[in-house]
Amino acid sequence: MTFLLAVIVGALYAAGTYLVLRRSIVKVIFGLIFLGHAANLMIFTVGRLTKGVPAFVPEGAEILTEPFADPLPQALILTSIVIGFGVQAFALVLFKRAYLTLGTEDLDKMRSTDQLPEERL
Amino acid sequence: MSKIIMLPILFPVCAALIMIFFRRSVAMHRILNVAATASMLVVSLVILGSVRSEGILSLQVGGWEAPFGITLVADMLSSIMVVSAALIGFTTALYSLGTIDEEREHFFYYPLLQLLLMGINGAFLTGDIFNLYVWFEVMLISSFVLLVLGGRPQQLEGAIKYVTLNLLSSSVFLAAAGILYGTAGTLNMADLAMRIPLLDHRELLSVVAVLFLITFGVKAAIFPLFFWLPASYHTPPVAVSAIFAGLLTKVGVYAIMRFFTTIFTHDGVSFIHQVLLVLSAFTMVVGVLGAVVQYDMRKLLSFHIISQIGYMIFALAVQSPLAIAGALFYIVHNIVAKTNLFYLSGLVHRLKGSWDLREIGGIYRFYPMLGLLFLVPALGLAGIPPLSGFWAKYVVIKAGIDSEHYLLVGVALGVSMLTLFSMMKIWNEGFWKNDPRGEGSVEDEGYLRTPTMKKAVTLVPIIMLGFLTVMFGLWFEPFFEFADRAAYELLDVYNYIDAVIGGRS
Amino acid sequence: MYSIILATASRYLLLLLLMFSVFLLFRGHNEPGGGFVGGLVAAAAYALYFIANGIEAARTIVRFEPIMIIAAGLCTAVASTLPSLVVGKSFMTAVWVDTGIPFVGKVGTPLLFDLGVYFLVLGITLCIIFSLAEEDRL
Repeated sequence: MTFLLAVIVGALYAAGTYLVLRRSIVKVIFGLIFLGHAANLMIFTVGRLTKGVPAFVPEGAEILTEPFADPLPQALILTSIVIGFGVQAFALVLFKRAYLTLGTEDLDKMRSTDQLPEERL
Repeated sequence: MSKIIMLPILFPVCAALIMIFFRRSVAMHRILNVAATASMLVVSLVILGSVRSEGILSLQVGGWEAPFGITLVADMLSSIMVVSAALIGFTTALYSLGTIDEEREHFFYYPLLQLLLMGINGAFLTGDIFNLYVWFEVMLISSFVLLVLGGRPQQLEGAIKYVTLNLLSSSVFLAAAGILYGTAGTLNMADLAMRIPLLDHRELLSVVAVLFLITFGVKAAIFPLFFWLPASYHTPPVAVSAIFAGLLTKVGVYAIMRFFTTIFTHDGVSFIHQVLLVLSAFTMVVGVLGAVVQYDMRKLLSFHIISQIGYMIFALAVQSPLAIAGALFYIVHNIVAKTNLFYLSGLVHRLKGSWDLREIGGIYRFYPMLGLLFLVPALGLAGIPPLSGFWAKYVVIKAGIDSEHYLLVGVALGVSMLTLFSMMKIWNEGFWKNDPRGEGSVEDEGYLRTPTMKKAVTLVPIIMLGFLTVMFGLWFEPFFEFADRAAYELLDVYNYIDAVIGGRS
Repeated sequence: MYSIILATASRYLLLLLLMFSVFLLFRGHNEPGGGFVGGLVAAAAYALYFIANGIEAARTIVRFEPIMIIAAGLCTAVASTLPSLVVGKSFMTAVWVDTGIPFVGKVGTPLLFDLGVYFLVLGITLCIIFSLAEEDRL
């Protein structure tokens, strides 16, 4: 299972990196979303996979018995999914707005903020 | 007593909420914004005072004890940073009164400013890496919205670059935090400081350290990762640029400082300091060369931010107590001077109607006092003796010589010359030479017509920060004492661990 | 494109989905669910209504401006941190009321916090949906 997840994480990173390097802003935002998912899945995987043993203290015992599923990585992922959702949704609105205002979705044409004034002429 | 350290986070969120509920009354927004930032300044000074007298304060949020729950920690470094943030928040609140147009004010400009400050304060005060990520995101989201508020094409274009690179760095942060948790089993900074030297997976930890360096490198705009900064910082209104320039990159520097003096201190990552040394040289040189060719005032100043970050990174890489103290003093000096220069560039734009230095001139002739106000932070930034920048650079360079990094010291001195040159470029072009559009063609009638109140609230922050620049220079020692104490605290990790894990409050 | 089947169905689905979202909100403490999912389901309900009946109809049926929903949510969440201070415990500590309420279950500040998250997520999602929809007309 860990191996499979590792492959998926790798594939997501590869796809995300490829898409982020594209010129179209639509692909860039998809790339960013992929990278976010890849990071989340990676936290999930490196937090060690333990199946079917929630971290509850068994009745009568004082402390947890090994093995148990670590709840913290899941809490982290949940938080980062929520944050990622907000940020990515904002980015989507921004990119759409930029497309409508600037009239292009090609990143190579969005150069006016990087140039010296005389080059712009 | 330690409960007080949650106030710098609570104040802004409460202020922002009240503002959103009373969204129609912009006048109330303005007053509340100034009041909230002023009280934040007072609270942060109280925190600084009590940290000085009582040592490190820590607060376990939610009553969960240290390595498990989220800890807020105010040590000397954090409290100095919070004071600087509150100071810049307060001055920007005043400056915004005079410069932000009503449309933006209606579109939640002030609540966003408060949320930005909340994120910044949270990032400074947290003692947990994942929590740091959350505060970074709070800060980023509010900065995204502030950046595009108004929605001019240039702003949107700058924002795309800013948003993309920052999201990228956030995902790197997340991955790094995940791997770190996988190897160390904790994300509490104090706990990490304790556990990391005992861990086996050295190679993995080096990877994590480099990932964190990349993340914070993007936020701090160090050498190969700075391109978003000059592409976006000149697009929003100048009050927003000023608070971004003063604070946002410094949060990145703060994080680098915290991570590579408190958490990653073992031998396996000492190569990071070599990397930082090389990067700092490139950051200084590339930043200042970028600044020298610019004629747009705000772009020129934006490139300067990068170059100045280089000095801070250089001092951090040297790692001696003196260097760390110097880095911290440099950060504070830079926050004050840089923000002030942005305020001034806004005023110049108001007077002359252009950002392009070639098109304007003759300000000194009509407003000699304004010339003086400009010279204080400009010369301060370049490092001319009685001002703050001289001491900041002196300490950093002395630390460099002590540790025998002569080449880098040479670079730093050369860059300082170029800094002076580009500051003088603004002076010559904007203030000294005659206005190319003809004598007496002061199209500042618009400015003259603005009400005195508005003029006053834009000038007060400039005078305040200018005064501080002079103060830092003339009464260097008492200020440096704070930085020195912070440096010792940082390098003596056990203090920090003890305050967080030992003392439960 | 207006579809009478979808428009009719969405009216009933809206109510059902909203009820489901409240259900998710309350069961979230010990079982899968919670404020975030609840808020998303509620937002999805309005999104469906908007797809079927257009943006104006959706705006009228939401009644409040999304930004005010966000503010209300944030306010509730922040308010949930305060009882701990009154009781004298550390900031943000969970405070529970001893007697439970039928259907809702245990009542305490975490529930209040979840309620805040619910409205926050609902508000933010609506805000985004509306602003994406508005610009289509540009």
